[in-house]
Amino acid sequence: MIAAEGLTKQIGSKKILKGIDLEIASGEFVTCFGPNGAGKSTTLKILALLSKPSSGKLFIDGKDVNEHGQDLRSKVGVISHNTFLYANLTAKENLQFYGKMYEVPKLESRIDEILEQVGLAYAAADITGTFSRGMQQRLAIARSLVHNPPILLMDEPYTGLDEMAKGILSSVLESLSDNKHTVFLITHDFDQGLEQSDQTVILVEGRIVHRCNPRDITREEFRQLYLKCVEEAQ
Amino acid sequence: MNFARKVQILLWKEVKSELRAKEMISAMLVFSLLVVAVFGFALPSDRELVKQVFPGILWVTLTFAGILGLNRSFVSEKQNDCIYGLMLCPMDRAAIYCAKTIMNLLLMLIVELITIPLFFVMFNLTAPPNLSLFLLVLAVGTFGFMSVGTFLSALAANTRSSEVLLPILMIPMIVPILISAVQADKIILAGGGFLELKIFFNLLIVFAVVFTVVPLLLFDYLLEV
Repeated sequence: MIAAEGLTKQIGSKKILKGIDLEIASGEFVTCFGPNGAGKSTTLKILALLSKPSSGKLFIDGKDVNEHGQDLRSKVGVISHNTFLYANLTAKENLQFYGKMYEVPKLESRIDEILEQVGLAYAAADITGTFSRGMQQRLAIARSLVHNPPILLMDEPYTGLDEMAKGILSSVLESLSDNKHTVFLITHDFDQGLEQSDQTVILVEGRIVHRCNPRDITREEFRQLYLKCVEEAQ
Repeated sequence: MNFARKVQILLWKEVKSELRAKEMISAMLVFSLLVVAVFGFALPSDRELVKQVFPGILWVTLTFAGILGLNRSFVSEKQNDCIYGLMLCPMDRAAIYCAKTIMNLLLMLIVELITIPLFFVMFNLTAPPNLSLFLLVLAVGTFGFMSVGTFLSALAANTRSSEVLLPILMIPMIVPILISAVQADKIILAGGGFLELKIFFNLLIVFAVVFTVVPLLLFDYLLEV
């Protein structure tokens, strides 16, 4: 589904990514761990087609993103710690806007369904700017899923969420672990990251230094491994 | 879905947002009305003198009112990183530029509809003998400076001191438009026809075209930066 070959990113003289090779099969759930400044968000931006790599190739569905970028964007949904929501629009208007941009069929019923799923049906007509952080993040989840993308990229989606919002996000993620959705999650939280993933990667200093199947390792072992990788790379 | 439909959806979002917040139009209108009042009282009542300085005052007012609006044009996209939400959408990203430019032009049109008649009243001027030509120069001049202004506001929005940077970047670039528009309006107010102001009008057209085509080509690259 996603294949990255030797991705690098350089801004000025700073090399942020130093050659990322990553293969994510269709329906796979991959979690990426790494310390601050490791290049996790930059990797996600490149995978989301928000940023172009300085070198290297990226293929989604076997198609080169340099040639088919515009069409491939409809296959990707992104949840970030920033919501991409317009504060002056209502929850429903935000979803209507993004739904129309993605040409979602039967948009109104899809909006009702997804608002119900994230527990915001009661606030559909409320201005987004008045929402709490947790509500905004739940609406951001709805925004990223409104076009039912086969690929979901998430950059620390649990940041600043209350327990209720965390629960809703976890149940949404669980519903996506259906082998139909390909998920790439960036997080610092071992519990949430390891729970559903099929593959974990550790990114340090712009390089993937380790990859493993979390089912082959205990949480404590993974924690030790992570600390060792970070110490060695730095 | 075609490019025009995407522009239409983006414009719907812009209009809805502005109708609710009135962030841009209020700043633009208040500023231009204040300028009308200040110059209305400050200038002597010598009609010939007023006719000489009026085009300059008019275009400086419109330029700064436009800059006030343009400064806010990409603010909503910066909040919550909405610009990334737009960049993720499957479309030619030039549609974002087109929708923003159309929105800015609509706001400028409202400001001009209210301010310009007031200018004529305050300065005790009669309507120009060739009103349609005056309106044509106004339309092309406004289109030219708002086109490049929208592009530059997207550029400045990524910087920390965007409100200072925009006029510094924009004013030198629109000097040819301002000079052409002021000179053309001077000729119109003096009773001149199209032939007398043809050179200035052609200049306006050339810059309006250049300032529309170049941003359209560069906008995708600008967003990546």
